Amino acid sequence: MATIVQFENVGLRYGTGAETLSDISFSLTDGGFYFLTGPSGAGKTSLLRLLYLTQRPSRGLIRIFGEDVVTAARDKLPPFRRRIGVVFQDFRLIPHLSAFDNIALPLRVAGAAEGEITKSVNEMLEWVGLTERATARPATLSGGEQQRVAIARAVIARPEILVADEPTGNVDPEMAARLLHLFDGLNKLGTTLVIATHDLHLLSRISNATMMRIDNGRLSDPTGLLRYPPRRPGDV
Amino acid sequence: MIGPFHAAPAIRRLLPEGRTVGTMPWVIGIMMFLTVLATAAGLALSNASSGLQSDIARKLTIQLPDANAVRRNALSRAIETELRNAVAVKTVDRLEDAELQRLIAPWLGDVAGEADLPLPAMIDVELTDASDANIRQIGEAVKAIAPTARIDRHSSWLAPLSDLISSLSWVARGLVALMAIATAATVVLAVRAALNTHGETIAIMHLLGANDMQISKLFERRIALDALFGGLGGFVLGLTVVLLLRARLGAFGSDLLGSGGLGWMSWLVIAALPVMGVTISIFVARYTVRDSLSKSL
Repeated sequence: MATIVQFENVGLRYGTGAETLSDISFSLTDGGFYFLTGPSGAGKTSLLRLLYLTQRPSRGLIRIFGEDVVTAARDKLPPFRRRIGVVFQDFRLIPHLSAFDNIALPLRVAGAAEGEITKSVNEMLEWVGLTERATARPATLSGGEQQRVAIARAVIARPEILVADEPTGNVDPEMAARLLHLFDGLNKLGTTLVIATHDLHLLSRISNATMMRIDNGRLSDPTGLLRYPPRRPGDV
Repeated sequence: MIGPFHAAPAIRRLLPEGRTVGTMPWVIGIMMFLTVLATAAGLALSNASSGLQSDIARKLTIQLPDANAVRRNALSRAIETELRNAVAVKTVDRLEDAELQRLIAPWLGDVAGEADLPLPAMIDVELTDASDANIRQIGEAVKAIAPTARIDRHSSWLAPLSDLISSLSWVARGLVALMAIATAATVVLAVRAALNTHGETIAIMHLLGANDMQISKLFERRIALDALFGGLGGFVLGLTVVLLLRARLGAFGSDLLGSGGLGWMSWLVIAALPVMGVTISIFVARYTVRDSLSKSL
């Protein structure tokens, strides 16, 4: 499997404080399913921010889709972002847009034709079970419904990487199971998934998932699968 | 729909619009109103200054202060004949004695009409080219016939007025420039306020891969429409005032005030003001948005 994301000795410092992330090195393979766990304040969200390109590291190398995104000019980053879907813990839906328009946004940003957008969004609404709520504004949707809209928005443009920050944090166990099933389906279609979660029960539900654990800004690698350079047979 | 005013309904919904609700169209309307007045005043003053310099500067008056009426008339005729044959002279007109008496009557009363009051002969001369060389040549020709003759260039006594008008036209140009700067500053403030209001929408669009151009276009369209509506309102009001003032000035029947009229070129400049207002607003909005976005990743 090809490497789709590569972090090498990455450090992140906000202002002049201590490093939030230190010596982060790992690689993600194309089509892999990864869970990122760790206690609150460990640096999960900071790591995700580096992944979905809203933050540059203070040091180290990050390659995404084979390109160095640390030194890339900022005007070169939007095409990369279009290939990465993001689901936020707080959903970050645009409050004055309907569920339909929120989901359609990535396609509109990409310049898709309105006919294609309508078709894709309707399919997506059906997929997340929100066809009846297409015209509803986020404020009138329940937490679970907002979560599904956020997921639909993240996946509608068929991203190669999907990054989700606590996607099951605001939903009941039944909905969490449904969402996980949905993520698994996406993964089987070839999307690389990185899901940050506190919920250790989720980990056992995806058999082929790799766990990344972060503590005090440092990544531990319990399985050795994340090491960069990758561990080769015979390595100790 | 074309250019910056065009956007699909779905894109328009990204930034909720409330034209005429915000202060921006009103401020731009007031700016445009003042700009139209200042521009019209500047152009009229500039035209008046040019008129003074081109028309009045080409005129001169020759005075023949001779108490002997017979000799005065003879010298006057000789000068008129000489000047009519000169190269740079367009017209030569001697002021009739009756006209001269009428002109001084307000100061001298009935005495002005008395035959023994020695009035100089006055000859108005209009030149085709009021160069110093031509004036000198005419002066020499006149002095050769009548050494006591006095030559008054209209430009010499109108120079202070011409300078004043020219200064006022520059003041008007300065006001137009200040108004343009104030309009740009208003747009900068409005865009920054809008960027703050819609910061979350912009951040999400960025995350979804929108580039700076896509985001700035949303603001450009909004600002362009505000500038268009506000600008047109101010323009119509300003134009109405200019036309009313023009009618009032026309009622004076003065050559000097008439020389400050607005030609078709001036009207074209005034008509272009709303277009320039919208264009400035769009470019300032674009620069402000992109400058602000460039500070984020």
